[in-house]
Amino acid sequence: MSRSFRVVGAARRRVDARGKVTGQTKFADDLFLPRMAYGRLLRSPHPHARIRSIATARATALPGVLLVLVGRDLTGEFGILPVSQDEEPLCRERVRYVGDAVAAVIARDEQTAGEALDLVDVDYEPLRTIASAEEALAHPEPRIHDYGEEGNVHKRVSFRFGDVDEALAGSHRVFDDVFFYEGNTHLPIEQHASVAAVDPDGKLTLWSSTQTPHYVHRALARLLGLPAGHVRVIACPNGGGFGGKSDIFQHEIVAAKAALVLGRPVKITLDREEVFYCHRGRHPVQMRLRTGVQKDGTITGMHLETLLDGGAYGSYGVASLLYTGALQTVTYHVPRYRFQGCRTFTNKPPCGPKRGHGTPQPRFGLEVQLDKIAEALALDPAELRLGIVEQPGALTANWMRLGTIGLAECIRRVVRVSGWSEKFRKLPLGRGVGLACSSYLCGAGLPIYWNDMPHSGVQLKLDRSGGVTVFCGATEIGQGSDDVLAALVAEVLGLGTFDVRCVTGDTDLTPVDLGSYSSRVTLMMGHAAIQAAERARALVASAVARKLEIPIERVGFAEGRVFDVEDPGRGLAFAEAVARAEALHGTIGTVGSFTPPRSAARYQGGGVGPSPTYSYSAAVVEVEVDPATGWIVVPRIYMAHDIGRALNPVLARGQVEGSVYMGLGEALMEEQAFRRLPERLSGALVHKFPSILEYKSPTSHDMPEVVTELVEDPDSAGPFGAKEVGQGPLLPIMPALANAVYDAVGVRIDEIPITPDKVLKALDDKRRGGAGRYGPSTFPAIDWPEPLDVPPPWEGGDGQARNRPERKRSARLDRPDGVRS
Amino acid sequence: MTHRGPGESPEPVHALWHVNGEAIAVSFAPYKTLLEVLREDLGLTGTKHGCELGECGACAVLVDGEPMLSCLVLGLACAGRAVTTVEGLMAGPELHPLQTAFADLGGAQCGYCTPGILVTAKALLDRSPAPTREEIREALSGNLCRCTGYQQIFESVEEAARLIARARGRSEDAP
Repeated sequence: MSRSFRVVGAARRRVDARGKVTGQTKFADDLFLPRMAYGRLLRSPHPHARIRSIATARATALPGVLLVLVGRDLTGEFGILPVSQDEEPLCRERVRYVGDAVAAVIARDEQTAGEALDLVDVDYEPLRTIASAEEALAHPEPRIHDYGEEGNVHKRVSFRFGDVDEALAGSHRVFDDVFFYEGNTHLPIEQHASVAAVDPDGKLTLWSSTQTPHYVHRALARLLGLPAGHVRVIACPNGGGFGGKSDIFQHEIVAAKAALVLGRPVKITLDREEVFYCHRGRHPVQMRLRTGVQKDGTITGMHLETLLDGGAYGSYGVASLLYTGALQTVTYHVPRYRFQGCRTFTNKPPCGPKRGHGTPQPRFGLEVQLDKIAEALALDPAELRLGIVEQPGALTANWMRLGTIGLAECIRRVVRVSGWSEKFRKLPLGRGVGLACSSYLCGAGLPIYWNDMPHSGVQLKLDRSGGVTVFCGATEIGQGSDDVLAALVAEVLGLGTFDVRCVTGDTDLTPVDLGSYSSRVTLMMGHAAIQAAERARALVASAVARKLEIPIERVGFAEGRVFDVEDPGRGLAFAEAVARAEALHGTIGTVGSFTPPRSAARYQGGGVGPSPTYSYSAAVVEVEVDPATGWIVVPRIYMAHDIGRALNPVLARGQVEGSVYMGLGEALMEEQAFRRLPERLSGALVHKFPSILEYKSPTSHDMPEVVTELVEDPDSAGPFGAKEVGQGPLLPIMPALANAVYDAVGVRIDEIPITPDKVLKALDDKRRGGAGRYGPSTFPAIDWPEPLDVPPPWEGGDGQARNRPERKRSARLDRPDGVRS
Repeated sequence: MTHRGPGESPEPVHALWHVNGEAIAVSFAPYKTLLEVLREDLGLTGTKHGCELGECGACAVLVDGEPMLSCLVLGLACAGRAVTTVEGLMAGPELHPLQTAFADLGGAQCGYCTPGILVTAKALLDRSPAPTREEIREALSGNLCRCTGYQQIFESVEEAARLIARARGRSEDAP
């Protein structure tokens, strides 16, 4: 890719920056409509209970109350995945976690709605609660759901990519470790809000803080029994998402229903405690990882087992489960691989996708284990990794097709800028450095519901004024997707980004984009935008070629002009060029779309993991650990990220630093933990920390200096060579920090978060002659199903499971609502 | 004050406030916080809420020049005091140097914590025109940001300090 760029790659003010710094950006809760009423949800105080009855008369009688809704007022079940339609708009017979909504009050103001909640009388029959994944395995009864595999096991998966036992038996050494990664939550500063209103034409509009307006649109139409064309979902700019606004939520459906019933706008804004209940954050995961290596560090085979605490509902859980195994093979060459995973239901807020979705937990295990392997083999951890980096374009053991791999360059860069060779194992007691690597998707290869349509669509409108408007369903969640959209269109048409107006995230106005998740937007929307812009460019170029009497190939676009590249003085202003095109071709409108390439993985479950290409990262974390207190200070973090091409370096660096920040929070302090109240207080399972004060996250004082290296090796799979940057750089922080703690004080913390008390316990263990380790000692025995037997590419496979060949998939939707029967 | 039963609307309070340099007559329910009055009764939605408990800093505004968490201040306590919100930072159509720097250097990602951070940073620059990185960290330690990792925020504040100093230099050089 030798072409030169004018917009792409330049450090620019993002197109939506002015609105954000002036306070003009309208988030969902900033909308105030005439006659608007306000809703509050009554949430269960019990983690698991049957609802015997709900009496609403007292609440309804309160002056100012307009409507009280309970479960029977709304029909249907929903859930983000077609296989997990297990949530109810308001619970009808059962609540499954503290915070499950059972009733809603709509009133003339929030205060009145809140007071009326106290007047809704719910008679609960408490049920036994399941508090952890191990409890879920041990107690099949009472079942939290009547679907799933059995008891409280939601889903088990088992894959065999070659004979791992044979590979381990033939290894120089086999390393066998167990790890635990505690759950944590997104903590966006914006609390979720939704406003629903009936339009002048009688149709329904929902404005919401959502990352996935398309999926909310589908669910609302189905649950409300309305034609999808009569429902409009507008994703307001999100005040932070991080995966936490990717599900469909009870308050969205309730607001919509209430607006239809009352015939007036209804707003529901969650309070901070409710945001903790909505959750959908990082799954707590127990892991066992067995890896065989040769003397030089070459991996011979890997066996990973994961056990996930899924919380009370399915959410994205089946995908999360598969993600705990899918990306273990995409960084280093793993010739044989076995993955077994199990997701359980528990009576806690549902877990789902948080930045890195399912992959940070096993990545933590793998990268810490590689540090142990390097030490045992007397290899430098950076050298060990450089020796086993996977080949660009490789097809992995589990049939993931890779693109470019800048990982080796990332490792070399962080080693250089961090002064690794002068520091590793050479710093005084209490100071240390640790290294880790990672990789992440650039967009999930498959949509959430089975279909053959594009994952992202873009429409472009040009008119004689010279105005350019680009329409796309992509959702701005702070990551800068509007800026990417404007930049790619501007680049192709020779304009500046502020010459392009973006209309995004509106199911009425914009073509479908599946949403802001899986780091898919830059790549998928980007390709669609370039295609639409090149089609528009061709129309304008043909008109200008005719006017200038030159071949179309000689028409250039730059700096707001369309001209003869061999005589740049001859040309037209962009507006005039568009006017000529409009005269020649009629109204100028073009479209672009993107559908990812077909995955090589043809086994069931192989739909999770494939991506058009993958980003790579390497990090070095410096720590200072006080052996007396276990307190950890992080003065500096070095991060190299293989981004393909940085479309806007200011935003790219912001994504890296933000990922590092969020990874550091997970590594050191963030945990979504629960405790049982004493029996006299009901014995309920409740959040330890449903508040920002108690859920610790890094402040400006805790944030280290971050040295960012962007490795730009354009990948032809990405738009102008670009890969993702929003999630990948989070992944190596937790293991790099754990490895740095070991370098500093010689103890292994095989558990996240790494808190001072754990460091002290490990130091104490070491002083008593133990291994100097803190972490789980065993992995629970799980009755794994017969594995899908998928030979790796080099063992003659074709991507199918030998014991369960591919079913022919019909291209049509199995059911009109996309729910696969 | 008259006693109010459940569901009964209280008598609104009428007051003259000084918001962003203007005197504004305002009526609001007496239980409302400064945050609620600004957003709901004055339409100044630039000020955000993230917890209503004084934990996140998103609702920071300046009261008599000092950063305060508007979710912890009763509207009743604001009579006769000067309130500055993010909407009051601009001079006519011109962005405040802090706004310029945050826009150009990545100081705002999702933009939700940004208004609170901008006014807090303004108070810092008003009393310390060339703050050290440590002073900036200290000043912003009550404002949580989940997007940026703070680094581009620090850099934006430092750039704003330079922009302000440069502008001051120019105006002093002017005849």
